[in-house]
Amino acid sequence: MSARHLGNVARHSILLACTIGALAPAYIMLTGALKTQREFLLHPWALPSHPQLTAFRSALSDQLGQWFFNTVLLTCISVFVTAAIASFAAWGLVHWPFRGRETVLGITVALMVVPPVVLLIPLFQVGASLGWISTFRIVIIIYVGLMLPFSVYLLANFFRSIPVSILEAAQIDGASPWRIFVQLVLPLSAAPVATLVVVNLLWVWNELLLALVFLQSDSKKTLMVGITGFQSRYSLDIPTVMAGLSIATLPLVLVYMFGQRYFIQGLTAGGVKG
Amino acid sequence: MSSPEVAEVSSARDTAPRPKTRQRARNLGFIPWVAPAAVTILFVFGYSMFQLFAQSFQYHGSWVGLDNFKLVLTDPLFLTAIGHNAMLLAIVPVLLALALLLAILLFETKRGLRGYRATLFFPYILPIPVVGVVFGQLLQFNGALNQALHAVGLGGLAADWLGDPSRALWTMGAIIIWKEVGFGVVLFLARLMSLPSEVFEAARIDGAGFFRMHLHVTIPQLRTLVLFYIVIEAIVMVSWVFNYVYVLTNGQGGPGTSTVVSELYIYREAFQNQAPELAAAAAVLLFIATLVLVVGFFRLQRAGEGTFAE
Repeated sequence: MSARHLGNVARHSILLACTIGALAPAYIMLTGALKTQREFLLHPWALPSHPQLTAFRSALSDQLGQWFFNTVLLTCISVFVTAAIASFAAWGLVHWPFRGRETVLGITVALMVVPPVVLLIPLFQVGASLGWISTFRIVIIIYVGLMLPFSVYLLANFFRSIPVSILEAAQIDGASPWRIFVQLVLPLSAAPVATLVVVNLLWVWNELLLALVFLQSDSKKTLMVGITGFQSRYSLDIPTVMAGLSIATLPLVLVYMFGQRYFIQGLTAGGVKG
Repeated sequence: MSSPEVAEVSSARDTAPRPKTRQRARNLGFIPWVAPAAVTILFVFGYSMFQLFAQSFQYHGSWVGLDNFKLVLTDPLFLTAIGHNAMLLAIVPVLLALALLLAILLFETKRGLRGYRATLFFPYILPIPVVGVVFGQLLQFNGALNQALHAVGLGGLAADWLGDPSRALWTMGAIIIWKEVGFGVVLFLARLMSLPSEVFEAARIDGAGFFRMHLHVTIPQLRTLVLFYIVIEAIVMVSWVFNYVYVLTNGQGGPGTSTVVSELYIYREAFQNQAPELAAAAAVLLFIATLVLVVGFFRLQRAGEGTFAE
């Protein structure tokens, strides 16, 4: 019995230590944003002695607001477009089985692992020749393209699990594929669509490489590009940097808190079945 | 949500033959549905890949055969870069062991499971730019980590984590472990919790201890997932570490060249040295490396199906 007790203590200590490790940087960030530069450098681990919001004010008075807006805009549009296009495609692939469909799905899965840096150079050249550098449309198109493989794969898998008897009943009643899709399939798909939206949302929000290359003008920068430059601009004012980072992270934490279940489902969908 | 019941019926439906009453014309009905996605994917992936391969054999529009590849493969910086990617690959086993350990510990925990899982997974959702900037501060020579080490009497361990060329890459590896381990934990835990409990009961009745039980019962049950996780993380180390390097070193790969990786090499050749052809050749090599990993995974997976009854 005592050995078991000892095991329990050891297990909880390891888990607690890892939990503290996982949260420590977020703690440093958030408390750092409320300190003065001097206090941050001297006592990084202490709670702020006189919490103050000046750092948040100076971060927001910079272009952070503009970048925040850009990121929200990019994220909303590309996630919505992806969800729409991917659900159409998945339904098309599932409802009309054709020769080579499995191959198409297989290639789609394989595309998930193509590193974006590989696609970057040709896409940049196309963007430059169209004069679309520093426009949102080229970035949205690329984001949608990069998110589609996972999205189509996830939805196609789900649509295939809808019992065919339900669909056939509707077909016999004379419903068109469009009506079946809108009135029957979509309402059943709330959970996978939510998963998809949460996973994609976090991906777009956090994306750096493409935003860095394509959105060069200051007014078009995203949060991630902006805060990366923040640290050199405010190297003598770390609390402002930390405040900027906190603002950039807050929406994600909210999405995570409310959508954790969907996010975990999305990430395990690829692995657990395979 | 009705998805669980729906999923149960699915197996019956997959095996049932589809009615062949549909006409030929209807079989083309999928085209308008699939077209928007197909066009986007063909542009972003198809066109780019074609263009990339074409460009890797050219210089200023004229055909040069394998010259670009020769130049890249004899560039000491590129060799340094892929060497660094290879070193990062070495942290995959550490990552795997840690993820397995934490998943098993969590699996044995009844109280606080959800809380632990949510916090261990938390780093995975944070943006790498945010993580990079915060760790950049934390790991300064006078930063929070060294201060903490001094405070607990381990001052001898304090180091210039990011400024010392012999340490910078491994520091980055540790940050990657910190961020990626939660993914493995969640992945493994989901599978463990879906296994029938008899699997473990039998071993427990036989008197298997913690290590024997998990080494011989639990981990074999996770075989496919372990393989999946290894491949995903190997791909991360080979071709998805740009963000860490860029943010932690201000796009330089420093100190010196101690953290230059293949992606950064490609980025700099293309956008700073104005040599897109060389960048394209390097990108082709990177793509092939990723492909080898994925194909290797499917091979292993298929080979495994023969020997292990799952």
